[in-house]
Amino acid sequence: MKYADEFRDPKAAKALLAKIGAVVDQIGATAEKPVHIMEICGGHTHAIFRYGLDKLTPAGIEFIHGPGCPVCVLPMARVDECVQIAERPEVIFTTFGDAMRVPGTRKSLMQAKADGADIRMVYSPLDALELARRNPDREVVFFGLGFETTTPSTAFSIQQAAREGLTNFSVFCNHITVPPPIKALLDDPHMVLDGFVGPGHVSMVIGVHPYDFIPRDYGKPIIVAGFEPLDLLQSVLMVLEQIRDGRAEVENQYARVVPEHGNPASIAAIADVYEPRPSFEWRGLGEIEESGLRIRPAYAAYDAEEKFGIGYAAGPRVVEEIEGCECGAVMTGRMKPVHCPQFGKGCTPEMPLGALMVSSEGACAAYYQYGGARAVEPAE
Amino acid sequence: MALRDERVTLAHGGGGKAMRDLIEEVFTSVFQPDGMEDQARLVSEALQQPGARLAMTTDSFVVDPVEFPGGDIGKIAVCGTVNDLAVGGARPLWLSAAFIIEEGTEIALLRRIVASMKAEAVAAGVRIVTGDTKVVGRGSADKVFVTTAGVGVIPPGRDLMAGHVRPGDVAIVNGVLGDHGAAIMAARGDMALSAEIPSDCQGLGHLMEAVLAACPNVRAARDATRGGVASALNEIAEAAGCGIEIEETALPLRTEVKGMCEILGLDPLYLANEGTLVLFVPEAEAEAALAAMRSVKAGQGATIIGKATGGQAGRVTMRTLFGGARIVDMLVGEQLPRIC
Repeated sequence: MKYADEFRDPKAAKALLAKIGAVVDQIGATAEKPVHIMEICGGHTHAIFRYGLDKLTPAGIEFIHGPGCPVCVLPMARVDECVQIAERPEVIFTTFGDAMRVPGTRKSLMQAKADGADIRMVYSPLDALELARRNPDREVVFFGLGFETTTPSTAFSIQQAAREGLTNFSVFCNHITVPPPIKALLDDPHMVLDGFVGPGHVSMVIGVHPYDFIPRDYGKPIIVAGFEPLDLLQSVLMVLEQIRDGRAEVENQYARVVPEHGNPASIAAIADVYEPRPSFEWRGLGEIEESGLRIRPAYAAYDAEEKFGIGYAAGPRVVEEIEGCECGAVMTGRMKPVHCPQFGKGCTPEMPLGALMVSSEGACAAYYQYGGARAVEPAE
Repeated sequence: MALRDERVTLAHGGGGKAMRDLIEEVFTSVFQPDGMEDQARLVSEALQQPGARLAMTTDSFVVDPVEFPGGDIGKIAVCGTVNDLAVGGARPLWLSAAFIIEEGTEIALLRRIVASMKAEAVAAGVRIVTGDTKVVGRGSADKVFVTTAGVGVIPPGRDLMAGHVRPGDVAIVNGVLGDHGAAIMAARGDMALSAEIPSDCQGLGHLMEAVLAACPNVRAARDATRGGVASALNEIAEAAGCGIEIEETALPLRTEVKGMCEILGLDPLYLANEGTLVLFVPEAEAEAALAAMRSVKAGQGATIIGKATGGQAGRVTMRTLFGGARIVDMLVGEQLPRIC
């Protein structure tokens, strides 16, 4: 397949792996004293396991799987609020497919649908907008979820609804941003990270500069990376070279897609429609300041929280604790998924307990599915 | 022509003249069963051979949309049941066909479905010998649901079973993977993808006969329908108590299907097929099996994808492009398209 196979070439991978091995040796990293590299994005976690990169890279590199899976970090209380909105008889609740299975306190959206709620899977908020046009007697609510990658399309749909004067369309906004949780992780005294591989598609929207604080304030390197295996290997090499040379910079490995300053039209749409919330809850990480977005008062008519008096609009919140769930420790790199006492026992992809087991891009789910958890015999 | 309606009404399920007209004009005039008794009365020489066994299977078919590139619900309903018989080593002979029809369904649509069932039955060498129709109110079904049962004969000496697969046996597929699943997703049209992917929907009876004639020691075959090739392999590994290792680079995939999976975050190993099987043969017979498969239309793309191993029982693994290994597990729930 053109434009994908080129970035999956085993020969090129071999050459990169040899270079990675050499730099790991120069640094003096070993299995006992590894370099800790966090891949922030769930898409990267998935690719690492899908291509077996964790087993191909030297033992002196340890991947720490970051909080960059929007489905995984969605708190249970927000799922409950989705269900609450979806169960209103006048509502058609629209959502991306992979949010359907996320467990709430009472039920997931999948279960609410089976119980009779009108919940429909869509591929874009524009599909939800079309449903609103075609069903003027129903309230169509779109479950806005995701990082800077999906935020612009939700913003455009709200702007469009406003232009058309639609009154039966609203967004339940759960959009979150990447830099604040990174800062929260770096401020954690238990943190062991030596460098980051950053999500390329987020930078496609916001550019590379929002990460400047990582080298400047914390002295750690970050590479904005693509999603193919060669992208990842090259990015790992770039992180290692910075560590070896005692540098800490933001570098752009994914320059074929990511412009330095991002996409101005998307940035403008985000700024027009959203403002930062004072604080937003992350599953496994708790409340993080200015990490979530809410819809500006000018667009309050399209804010499902305001429309239905639900969520942060309903008053102060209590952060729930899931008994025995170690997602927080896994996300800060203090624990491997397999060392969580619930892994594969109380917490499986069929019955996820914690955030990281929910989506296929969660670290625990990737471990479970692709066998990081269970011994795979080495291929001869 | 007694049937003047354009659409099915509840009257067509009422047991009276309207129902008789619908059945005669749309169904029995095309299927041409031997008689109009409430049962089919059947004779088969194949069954007279000592040691021959009767094989029977049934399957219900619901698909949205009911017509899609490469087939329709009728074609699947015949192929699916014929294939369930064929992969077990049976020669398919007779089918029943029962239809649950939603009020308001276009009669022209039913005629198209019936025509494609007839054509597929003729191609597969089976006869549709009995059937039933029911009409339900609008919203109680989605246009039309079809249930087929199939009866075939397993000639003496044939004994295909997943439990017979042994370490060292070679896994062969007859062609590209995931086309049906991808075709249905594309045909639903809610993804704004312009790819026209035809379903792989096809009968596998002739293919199985060709292989069995060339390789008497075929161990087992599985029709990789729902849950895709991954599920078929997991079932076999579990039943045989062995491991299975497949090669990522050996998997035959259409470029459009690969691209769609990339965009939506789906794994083609789990996409449904309606005319794709996985076959296990002893290594010594692999070349003969490939040649036999390639000699028939449904097997033109036959290729080896992996082998059974002495590895952990029930475990399917895949050697990735890079030489890494990962587990190919059973699917949890259904595959859901991802956010970003």
